[in-house]
Amino acid sequence: MTRYTSATDADREEMLATIGVSSVQELFADIPNRLRLNRQLALGDGLSEPEVFEEFRALAARNVSSDDEISFLGAGMYDHYVPALIDSIIMRSEFLTPYTPYQPEISQGGLQAMFEYQTAISELTGLPVSNASVYEGPSAVAAAGYVAKHTNNRRRFVVSRGVHPHSRETLRTHAHAWEMEVSEAPLDAGATQLPELSDEVSAVIVQQPNFLGAVEDLASIAQSAHAAGALVIAACDPLPLALLKTPAECGVDIVVGEGQSLGNRLDFGGPSFGFFAATEALMRRMPGRIAGETVDVDGKRGFVLTLQTREQHIRREKATSNICTAQALNALAGVIYLSWLGRRGVVELVELMLQRTAYARERLTAIAGVTQLHEKPVVREFAVELGAPVGAVIARCREQGVNPGYPLWRDYPEHADGLLVAITERRTKADIDRLADVLGGAVSAEREAVGVST
Amino acid sequence: MIAQADDTLTIYERSKAGRRAFVVPALDVPPRSIDELLPAALRRAEPARLPEVAEPEIVRHYNRLSKRNFDLDTGFYPLGSCTMKHNPKLHERIAALPGHARMHPLQDPSAAQGALELMWRLQEALGEIAGLPHVSLQPSAGSQGELAGVLLTRAYHEDRGQHRTKVLTPDTAHGTNPATVTMGGYDVVKVVSDAHGNVDLDDLRAKADEDVACLMLTNPSTLGLFETGIEEIERIVHGVGATLYYDGANLNAIMGISRPGDMGFDIVHFNLHKSFTQPHGGGGPGAGPVAVSERIEPYLPRPQVVRRESSTNGKEPFYDLDYDRPKSIGRLRGFQGNYGVFVRSYAYIRSLGAPGLRDASETAVLNANYLLARLRREGVMEYLPAAYDRLCMHEFVLSGEPMRRQLQVKTLDLAKRLLDHGVHPPTVYFPLIVEEALMVEPTETETKETLDHFAEIVAEILREAREDPSVAQHAPYTTPVRRLDEARAARRPVVRQAMNGN
Amino acid sequence: MADASYPDDLKYHPEHDWARIDGDSATFGITWYAQDALGEVVFYDAPEIGATISKDQAYTEVESVKAVSDVIAPLSGEVIAVNDVLAEKPETINEDPYGDGWLVRVKLSDPSEADSLMDSTEYQATLE
Repeated sequence: MTRYTSATDADREEMLATIGVSSVQELFADIPNRLRLNRQLALGDGLSEPEVFEEFRALAARNVSSDDEISFLGAGMYDHYVPALIDSIIMRSEFLTPYTPYQPEISQGGLQAMFEYQTAISELTGLPVSNASVYEGPSAVAAAGYVAKHTNNRRRFVVSRGVHPHSRETLRTHAHAWEMEVSEAPLDAGATQLPELSDEVSAVIVQQPNFLGAVEDLASIAQSAHAAGALVIAACDPLPLALLKTPAECGVDIVVGEGQSLGNRLDFGGPSFGFFAATEALMRRMPGRIAGETVDVDGKRGFVLTLQTREQHIRREKATSNICTAQALNALAGVIYLSWLGRRGVVELVELMLQRTAYARERLTAIAGVTQLHEKPVVREFAVELGAPVGAVIARCREQGVNPGYPLWRDYPEHADGLLVAITERRTKADIDRLADVLGGAVSAEREAVGVST
Repeated sequence: MIAQADDTLTIYERSKAGRRAFVVPALDVPPRSIDELLPAALRRAEPARLPEVAEPEIVRHYNRLSKRNFDLDTGFYPLGSCTMKHNPKLHERIAALPGHARMHPLQDPSAAQGALELMWRLQEALGEIAGLPHVSLQPSAGSQGELAGVLLTRAYHEDRGQHRTKVLTPDTAHGTNPATVTMGGYDVVKVVSDAHGNVDLDDLRAKADEDVACLMLTNPSTLGLFETGIEEIERIVHGVGATLYYDGANLNAIMGISRPGDMGFDIVHFNLHKSFTQPHGGGGPGAGPVAVSERIEPYLPRPQVVRRESSTNGKEPFYDLDYDRPKSIGRLRGFQGNYGVFVRSYAYIRSLGAPGLRDASETAVLNANYLLARLRREGVMEYLPAAYDRLCMHEFVLSGEPMRRQLQVKTLDLAKRLLDHGVHPPTVYFPLIVEEALMVEPTETETKETLDHFAEIVAEILREAREDPSVAQHAPYTTPVRRLDEARAARRPVVRQAMNGN
Repeated sequence: MADASYPDDLKYHPEHDWARIDGDSATFGITWYAQDALGEVVFYDAPEIGATISKDQAYTEVESVKAVSDVIAPLSGEVIAVNDVLAEKPETINEDPYGDGWLVRVKLSDPSEADSLMDSTEYQATLE
C-alpha cells in the first residue's frame, strides 16, 4: 500500500545495527506497556492510488457544486472565475511544498511574493501596513479586536448587526476569554445605527458592504468612534474596495476581510486567507507574519520576515496573537489574481458586477410579493424579502437548477423570508433572467399555496 | 531606493501603464449611470495602484520567483517540529475535483452529502488515532486548535461554577502555547524539565493546585523524548480537577503505537499540515482539528458535523451540520473549516490505512535514531552533542554550545553553511532550554542515503570549521541572496512597494 | 560594542539595569550584559514624561531583532526626561549603553532605595 517510505528490509537491518538495537520495537522502550496500543487502529487496511481516487471521486459526485447549478450564493464566499495561470503557478513545488521562510536566503521567492501581496492589500485598503495574511475573515475580526484591546485596555466592543454573523459569533467566542463585553449596534433601513459610545468602548466594528449588501457611511461611523476614543475596525469585501472610498480615507484604523474571492476556490469554505491592514501607529501590534525589504551583505536587495518579536515564537506570552502561519499559498493566489486583474481590470470587473447587481435587483423586485429589504446602494450583493416561505421557494428553484441565494432566517429572524443574492462575473444576464423566471414561478406557487393572491 | 538586478524586480516594477491580462466580459445588461448606482461621495478618487502586466509577464515573474525558493519536493528538509514529510501528488488531483473544489460552504446540506460524509469520516478516523470519541474539524491551524483547547477548558470549568486563572506549560513548549494561553485569558505558569528532558514531577506537584485550569503538554516533547512520567502527570493534573491538553505537533512518532486518549489526555489537537501531509505552501494553509473526551464534548465549536441515522424505511444516514449546541464555545472562524485540507488528509489516511500509519511512525522513529547514530559515527558529537543521552523518538535535539566555544561557529552559522550544501537546515534555537539548539526531524519519507549524506555534510562543515571558522561565519555563498540585514528590516520596516512618492 | 564593562560609579539591579545617581535624581539604562544578550536593538518605546515608575517593576520595553525585553526600574520616581536620540537610532543602546544609550532620567521618590542596589563587583559576580 502507498506508504511513501523507502526503508527496505536490508536498509532496516543496517540502520538497526548502526543504532545498536535489534528491532524497531526497542526504539519505543520509553513507552510503558500499559500505554501501548495492542491492536490495529480501526481504520481499514490502506488502498492503492486508483482505489483512493475512485472513493473520493464518488464522494465528490454526491455534492452539488457551482458547476452543477446556477448559484447566487454569497454571504462571504463567492463563485468567481479563477484564472488558469493561478493553478499553474501555485502548484509549482517551489511554492507548494516549502515551509515558513525561516531561512530567508533560500526563501526569497515566497518572501518577495508576500511583499507584493502586502503592497496590493495596502493599495486596496489605503492603509500603509498590511501583514502577509491571517487565516480567514471572521477570525481576522477577532484578531483586530485583540489589537484594540491591547492598544487601549478598554472592556467593550460595539459591533454592527451588519457584520457577518460568523464574524460576530467568532468575536464573542474570543471576547469571552478576554472578559470583554460585546454589544450590538442595530441596523435601520440597512444601515448601522451607532448608539452613544461611552469611554468603555475599545473598538467599533462594522462591515463594508455590510452583510445585507449595503454600502455603509464609514466616515461618520469612524468620526463617532474616534470622538469616544475607540478604534474603528472595518471588515471589508475586497473587490468592492476597487470602487469604494478607501477605509483609510474614511478614518478606519484596521481593515480586515475574507480574501477567498481573490483567486481562491470555494472549497466548501476553506482554506482561503484573511487580510489585515492597519495604520502606521499600530504596526508593532499587528498579528501574523510581515515581510520586509532589506539588503544582504553584498548590498543586494532581499526580503525577510520582520517585526518577528511580535510573534509567538519570540515574545511567547506577550505575543500580539498566537498565529504561527500565514496562509501563504492562498495569499499568493490572491496577489497573482490582483496582478492578473490589474489596475484597470479590477475597476472594470467591479463595475460589471455593479451593473448586473442593479439589473438583478430590478428584475427580482418586479416579481409580485418580492420587495427590497433596504434601498441603500449595493455593489455585488443585495437582499430581498420574498413575501413567501423562503425554504419552500428555494427548494422549488433548486429543483430547476437555480440556487437563488442565502436565506436570512437563521441569522436575521426579523427578516424571516429574507434572501441574500450575490452576483459575480460568472452570473450573466441570461443567468439573472433565468433566476427571475424561476424565482418568480416559485414565489407565485408558494404564495398561492398559503392563499395569497398574486 | 535600493539598486536591483532584474531578478529582484517586483511585479510593480515590471508594470507599464496600459498593459493588462484580464479581459472583462462585455456588458450584457442595460447600462445605468455609475453615479446613480454608487454616488461619487461613496467612491474612491484614485484607483488602487495594482500592477499592469500581461499574462506572459505574470507567469514569467512568478516562475522566476519560485526558482529562488528551496522546497521539500527538491531536497531534504529536516525541520524539527514541522514534520516535513512528502506531500502525495494524488491529493492535488482529488482536491481539484469540482465536486470538492467548487462547493459553496453555505450549500444546503442535502446537496453536500459527499462533503459532509467526508468530514464525518475524517472525524471518526482522527478520533480513533487520538483515542478520544469526539472531534471538531473547525480550527484553522495548530495554534487555533490550541486556542480551542484552552477555550474548551474554560467552558468546562465555568460550567462547574469554577473560575480558575492559570495554565501550566513546560519550559520546552512551542511558542504558540504561552501565546495561546494569554489569548485564552489565562496566566502562564512554567513547569521546569528535569535532567532527563522530562517534565519535573516535583515541580509539577508544587505548581498544580485548584487554580490551575489545564496542563498543556506534547508527548513526545519538543525535545523528541517520550514523557516517561505521563501516567503520574495524568494523576497529578486530574487530581486537582484540571484538564490535560495534548499538543499534537509530535504525533508523527506514535500513530498506531500509543494514543493520547489512552494516556489520559482530555483534549488533543492535530496539525493536518504535519503528520497528515497537507502541503505547507510556504507557511500555510493548514488545519488544527481537536479531539475531546466525553466530558468536554458539549463545549465543542458550532456547527458540528453529525451523522443522523435514518429513522424509518431503511433510508441512508444523513450527514448534517448541527447548530443546536447550547453549551458550545461558539465559533473560532467562518463556515466549517478548511475543507480542502480535510480532503487531502483523509485521502492520506485512506491510502495508508492502519498498517501504513503505524509504519509511518515506526519509520519516522527509526530514521531519527539512525541519523543520530550516524552523526555519532561521524564524530559530530564532540561539537554537537545530543542534548539528552537517551533514545530519541521522531526528532532529536543537539546543542551547538561546544562548537561555539571551541570553533567560534554558532548554530546559526552551521545552518547558513548547510544552505550551500543544498539542504534545508534543521530548526535552530528551539527549544529554548537547550543552548545553541539544533532540532532535527528527518521524517519517514527520506531514504537512508539522504540521511547518510546529511551526516557526511555536517561532518564536512565541522572539519572545515576547525581549519577556518570564517567560512561558516560568513555563509551562505551560493544562495540567491547572502545573509540579510534583519536589524535594518526591523528598525525601519519597509513592508510595501514605494510608488511615485509614497 | 567591544568588551564587557561595568563602570564603578554606577549602581546595578539584578535584572541588568544600571542607575547613575545625582542628588535626588538618577539616570537609568541597561547594562552591557543586557544589550549583548538582546542583540542589535531595533526599537525602544520611551515612557511618558511625568510617568511614575516603581522599583523592580517594568517601565518600558527594548526590542531587538530576536527578542523583546522588559526594562526593570532600579529605583522609584517620576520620569523627568527621556532619551530622544533612541527613537531614530535605537542601536545607540548597544554602542554606548552607559553614556549616549541612557534611557530615562528620573526624580527619585525614595533615594534610600539605592542601598539595596549592587555595586559593579557584586553585579559582575551574579553574571558568572
